[in-house]
Amino acid sequence: MIELIAGKYNYWIYIALMMIGFYAMIAKGNLIKKIIGMNIFQTAVFLFYISTSKVKGGTAPIEWEHAILYDNPLPHVLILTAIVVSVSTTAVALALIIRIYKEYGTMEEDVILEMGEGETQDTEQRLHDLEDEIKDAELRLRDAEQIAKSVD
Amino acid sequence: MNIAEHLPILVIVIPLMSAIVIPLVGRINKLFSWYVTVFITLLSFVMSLSLLNTVISAGRISYWLGGWEPPWGIEYAIDYLNAFVLVIVSFIAFIVSLYARRSIEKEIDKSKVTTFYSIYMLFIAGLMGIIVTGDIFNLYVFIEIASLAGYALIAVGKRRDALMASYNYLILGTIAATFILLGIGYLYMVTGTLNMADLREKLPMLYESKVVLTAFAFFTVGLSLKLALFPLHAWLPNAYTYAPSVVSAIMAATATKVGAYAMLRIMFTVFKLEFDLHIVPVTQILIILSLVAIVAGSVIAIAQTNIKRMLAYSSIGQIGYIVLGAALANQTSMTGSLLHILNHGLMKGTLFLVVGVVVYKLGIEDIAGLKGMGKKMPFTMAAFTIAGLSMIGVPLTVGFVSKWYLATGALSAGMWFIIPIILASSLMTAVYFWRIIEGIYFAAPAGIHQPAFAGYGNPEPESQGSKQVDGFLPRDDGPPGLLIPTFILAGLCIFFGIAAFIPVSMAGQAATMLLGGM
Repeated sequence: MIELIAGKYNYWIYIALMMIGFYAMIAKGNLIKKIIGMNIFQTAVFLFYISTSKVKGGTAPIEWEHAILYDNPLPHVLILTAIVVSVSTTAVALALIIRIYKEYGTMEEDVILEMGEGETQDTEQRLHDLEDEIKDAELRLRDAEQIAKSVD
Repeated sequence: MNIAEHLPILVIVIPLMSAIVIPLVGRINKLFSWYVTVFITLLSFVMSLSLLNTVISAGRISYWLGGWEPPWGIEYAIDYLNAFVLVIVSFIAFIVSLYARRSIEKEIDKSKVTTFYSIYMLFIAGLMGIIVTGDIFNLYVFIEIASLAGYALIAVGKRRDALMASYNYLILGTIAATFILLGIGYLYMVTGTLNMADLREKLPMLYESKVVLTAFAFFTVGLSLKLALFPLHAWLPNAYTYAPSVVSAIMAATATKVGAYAMLRIMFTVFKLEFDLHIVPVTQILIILSLVAIVAGSVIAIAQTNIKRMLAYSSIGQIGYIVLGAALANQTSMTGSLLHILNHGLMKGTLFLVVGVVVYKLGIEDIAGLKGMGKKMPFTMAAFTIAGLSMIGVPLTVGFVSKWYLATGALSAGMWFIIPIILASSLMTAVYFWRIIEGIYFAAPAGIHQPAFAGYGNPEPESQGSKQVDGFLPRDDGPPGLLIPTFILAGLCIFFGIAAFIPVSMAGQAATMLLGGM
């Protein structure tokens, strides 16, 4: 039993990390916290892969005259690819969150769900409209001033 | 150097490279990026046809990347199944790219048009990669390429709801992909190989091993999420509803089908049939889940008022058919399942393209807004009717062919209780399509059509469209740039319904290959 827990501790850590990440992805209401959970979740899988590559008594897979056994380099290479994937997923997720924050003004999922289907206006579009309105108002003000002057 | 020899890799590399070229030529003129997209998708369609031809005449193609011999190097293996799905995906990608120009000018910001084409090609390259590869880790990488491009495509529209839909899909899609990655890790741990054909040879000795069982569980859950099998479908309705019509069309017609393909690959190529039948009861579980999906998808679709959401739920039901045919695991049902990959791609493609035309002309997605449109948009609505009848499964359309094979497959598996469920689902499909078709041809139009939201919509709904002549609107159909691609797909719905022997012979051979030895 002790052997099972202590001898394979890295696998236990991988399971624990994975569950922590999974929990955060499902239970957290904040969009950024979900992404943090997602990163922990993916990192746990990296740990799993790296653990499988270890050979008892093996050294790093670099040619060396005293080496008897080498660790398996292939999972390292696979995980390098998976890390790239993880980074790009995070990038896409963060980009989405930025746009969600611009549109809704919040990053809490339940608040966003309450807002429901809204109008489609971009913040930029709204800014544009406001600027136009200000210009209109200025023009009208100038007209009014001219009229006032002519009355005088 | 012989180009034909390298087609298996070119079919991926060319779309992938074009994703880089498209933004560059888009800087000169935005229209150029569309030309390039259409040209490249056409080219990949031609290459896929040529691959299919080679497979028919010379059998399985095995391409070694960089000349490294298979169990060590990456192998691209193309047999009947890949070639069949590859042709479907590249063809639909070509038709949708033809359609894209007019549709996205309404639904996407002008500044994002070239980026859209670029991501579209990435998406297609990812899907093609999933289909072509014979290496299980390569499969994961391509699944992620396609998914990441998919998240971006959903979010590209003007609607803010699309952002949350895309975000939810991202979270669920990442869970799915990570499960698949774990499954690959477990298989590699016990076999030391990543090549699918090699895994097939090495796994049978280990079928009782708990590690292999765990791997299989991770694969099943991960892939079910990707193809939106019923209890795991949560991401799909919102994603299809809020994405631009072009994106809904390409995703509904290809992405979930490729997910189904990946599941068939894992279940029947990497693992053998006896594993699915005897060692874990996966086929029974999938039969039950798919039946629930068929019924639930149809029932929920009846209740919808937004046409895109209705089509999305109907997709969930149709995915049930594909999985059902695979899970019954006999020659006839498997043929039906593979046929349904093609047929559902054609039908759902047509339907979403029709919705795209409606959004382009009227700016609405409400079912009620389609009333009386039979006179105003006769061609668009004719295409809708053809695809709708096909979804119901009327003879002489593709929907009938695959349902027939699925039903007879269920009989030969001795599961007669499936037939009433298929019939009931067809009836429900008839209910939710007929209420629309009836409204289109027999109801008076509902006055002036207000755009449902500011993002889309015709700027001058007051001018021509609302003038009522004898209770009907004057004819004002979509532009030919939208109608021609829609009609090509709608025409194929009928063509393959009559000339069913062409896809049936292909699917039959793929099914034999999946169920027997390779």
